Amino acid sequence: MSTVDLTPVEGVELAPEGRLVSLGRVRGMGVFLAVLAVTTLVAFGFGVPSGEHAIFLLSGPPALNVSPLTMSVRWVAVALAIGCAALAALLLLRRSARGSYLIFSLGVVLFLWAFLAWAARGAALNLLQMLVGTLVYATPLVYGSLSGIMCERSGVVNIAIEGQFLAGAFLGAMIGSASGNLWLGVLAGAVAGGLFGALLAFLALRYGADQIIVGVVIVAFCTGLTNFLTEQVLTPDQSTLNSPQTFSPLAIPLLSKIPILGPVLFDQNVFLYGAAILLVMVHVALFKTRWGLRVRAVGEHPRAAETVGIHVLSVRYRNVILGGVIAGIGGASFTIGSIGEFSAGMTAGLGYVALAAMIFGRWRPFGALGAAVLFGFALSLQSYLAVLNVGIPSPFLSMAPYVITIAVVSGLVGRVRPPAADGVPYSRD
Amino acid sequence: MKLELAGITKRFGALVANDHIDLTVEPGEIHCLLGENGAGKSTLMNVLFGLLHADEGEIRIDGEPVRFADPGDAVRRGIGMVHQHFMLVPVFSVAENVVLGFEPTRAAGFLDHRKARSDISRLSKEFGLEVDPDALVEHLPVGAQQRVEILKALIRDAKVLILDEPTAVLTPQEIEALFRIMRSLAAAGRSILFITHKLKEVLAVADRITVMRLGKVVGAADPSAIDEAELAAMMVGRSVELVVRKEPPKPGPVVLELRGVRIVDARGIAVVDGVDLEVRAGEILALAGVQGNGQTELAEAVCALRNPEAGTIRIDAIDLTRATPKAALRAGVANVPEDRQVDGLVLGMSIADNLVLDLFDRTPFARHGARDLARVAADGETKLAEFDIRAPSAREAVGNLSGGNQQKVVVARELSRPVKVLVASQPTRGLDVGSIEYVHRRIIEERDRGAAVLLVSSELDEVLALGDRIAVMYRGRVVGTVAPSAGRDRIGLMMAGIEPPDLPPPDGDQPPVTNLDLI
Repeated sequence: MSTVDLTPVEGVELAPEGRLVSLGRVRGMGVFLAVLAVTTLVAFGFGVPSGEHAIFLLSGPPALNVSPLTMSVRWVAVALAIGCAALAALLLLRRSARGSYLIFSLGVVLFLWAFLAWAARGAALNLLQMLVGTLVYATPLVYGSLSGIMCERSGVVNIAIEGQFLAGAFLGAMIGSASGNLWLGVLAGAVAGGLFGALLAFLALRYGADQIIVGVVIVAFCTGLTNFLTEQVLTPDQSTLNSPQTFSPLAIPLLSKIPILGPVLFDQNVFLYGAAILLVMVHVALFKTRWGLRVRAVGEHPRAAETVGIHVLSVRYRNVILGGVIAGIGGASFTIGSIGEFSAGMTAGLGYVALAAMIFGRWRPFGALGAAVLFGFALSLQSYLAVLNVGIPSPFLSMAPYVITIAVVSGLVGRVRPPAADGVPYSRD
Repeated sequence: MKLELAGITKRFGALVANDHIDLTVEPGEIHCLLGENGAGKSTLMNVLFGLLHADEGEIRIDGEPVRFADPGDAVRRGIGMVHQHFMLVPVFSVAENVVLGFEPTRAAGFLDHRKARSDISRLSKEFGLEVDPDALVEHLPVGAQQRVEILKALIRDAKVLILDEPTAVLTPQEIEALFRIMRSLAAAGRSILFITHKLKEVLAVADRITVMRLGKVVGAADPSAIDEAELAAMMVGRSVELVVRKEPPKPGPVVLELRGVRIVDARGIAVVDGVDLEVRAGEILALAGVQGNGQTELAEAVCALRNPEAGTIRIDAIDLTRATPKAALRAGVANVPEDRQVDGLVLGMSIADNLVLDLFDRTPFARHGARDLARVAADGETKLAEFDIRAPSAREAVGNLSGGNQQKVVVARELSRPVKVLVASQPTRGLDVGSIEYVHRRIIEERDRGAAVLLVSSELDEVLALGDRIAVMYRGRVVGTVAPSAGRDRIGLMMAGIEPPDLPPPDGDQPPVTNLDLI
């Protein structure tokens, strides 16, 4: 007899690509939601006098005003706590891990809603502005994580995103300011990022240097260099070299007129549109084209790629340089996208947050987008609460986005599977 | 297509891995390249496939000299290779793996999945290579992964297919299926270069045989005119002890006892699930199975290198379920690990230091917290003689020894303390015949001295030769425990997870197992 039946033994569940959510982790999420529900009930519900109200504004451009929403803080919190508890129960009773992240996210949203109502008690909170802020913060994160995806899918760790951000922000501001042409500024940012991408590629691929160390060194170098040049070159000549215009919002006809969504999504500056286009392009290229198949093969099993005639090092060079270009453009968005001036260390570690977004998003562009929006929301919330003066000391508020990043990456993400050859130098023998 | 290798020479420093090799493969022929580990077969194939470059000699295709700068060149000239370690991307689908580097595309570089699928199913049908184009490779059993590798070569229209040790990871039934595929490919006019060190397989499938030893071609043979013993003598260079000599066991009380052992790997998947085993003093329990069915993890758990999630492991009265490796060692467990270079030895350290890795901090090798280096050195020289380790001195770094001598160092260390339980995992993998004989003799001596031996091996021949009882593992469970007389076919089926119900064990007319089968 010949054919052998090789059906899997029952009870051995094979993992879907990328992530494996164990039931234990689902239970953990359930417990976490239950804690949030209790917190909501105690702190935001019965911790607040019953008469207090919160006003949510949804004001966009004048003609689009939606009437404000006034709510009793206590009863909103109680209702949301019940909802949150129900979702927690759902998670705790589940027998399969499928869809549990969606339920969990929903629970967190309910909690945040209650928190916002509590924070805004006796005052008015402009939700629309917060959503816009979320996207503004998320934009560089998307560029950064796409840069990371380009590099790491081909097997090179790019921890230098922060440095490429700084270089792009600096040169973008300087060239944009000196030439008076913002598009030249974007180009300059791309070139700056690309150069540091090329440096990373050269040291990591030509000499097989440790990619983490090279990345860290590049960040340190960029930080020092931009600090120095800011002091020596930009500051003495602030008005010509460090006063670029910024891209003004570009309303997309028709789409920008949609209530609420319109002004949030379709009345933004070019960097946000660019991020969206790039996101789709990277996704399609990685997963639908020959180029992407080869890149992923090189990142997973370079030797296998080599045996079918793919040039591993060329693929890696190209991708790491392209990744640098993307990060450089993201860096330019810090200066000529919103603030209109370069200042030392202005990227504030967001390059690393972008890296975290890439991991949370499982090295997939749309996953990274979700993570970037989450981190962007945290950043936006922090800056908004600082204005509202809710009684939390501001240093703690500034910490919050980073704490959330750590919590998400260490606790929530669980075991993710990076490209198998990520960070491993390749040699033919 | 006719392939000729003429005078191929490849040196690595002072070592001549291939010394003027001549080899001709005719169209439609299954040509077998036979040789021990280290004979230079894989080097030769890497030269042929463009992964290495020959120092001298010439490759000719249909009489025309060719040069391969890289594997891409070789592939373009009709050479396909199925590597011993598969060159497959685990997270890709079968179709993606097959077309990688050779992708059918539509406009703008978009992959044409439909064409890929239809090409694959056409080839699958033509040569009997059943495989689902949409399955993820990491979810496939090894035999199916091998079919994917063959498809990869065929879709590039390979005329000569090199199979490098293709049977090492297969069950006997999968090997049969592979041979059928090889014959149908040869019948269709493709040539096959089949590299192996297993005599049985050579005689079963080859049209012509070339034998290599120490980098040279030492002979050619016609499979119908030669037998196993002659082939073995040609391959090894001397006549070989045929039978593993072993007295019937005298089992004593149960020493090693596993109850309901469940082991979970880093991904949270149970790799060992509810295993009960008993090993008595003075017997060898052989744990058979295709590699990757949980044997490795089970052996590690017995040595306390891993702690099970559930169940108990006991040695005599001592519970080792949650023990540290040190506690297991003190309880009398000796461990000959699967990968001696990673888990068995510190390659950069001397033989003498490697011999005392387990006892370096105790008397007599240490006093008052300081090592007694004179003792360690003296002990090293003694063991060199006692265990027949061929090395200039005990100060030599272990990494400079041959595989067989490295394994002897591991065996020497592990058997130099009082042993109650010996765990030997793939103890003869990659060794030459002389070392295989030596290791087997030591294992049997240890049994006769009263140790309980747990032998883990994916070589069915080894299991049959040494095992007093044979437990077969499949997907983390013990399918059954049988006597060696149960026979090759039945154990082969069990290795694929099938326990034929109420099958009477065949008569005692099994052919004797010989060392030749293990080479």
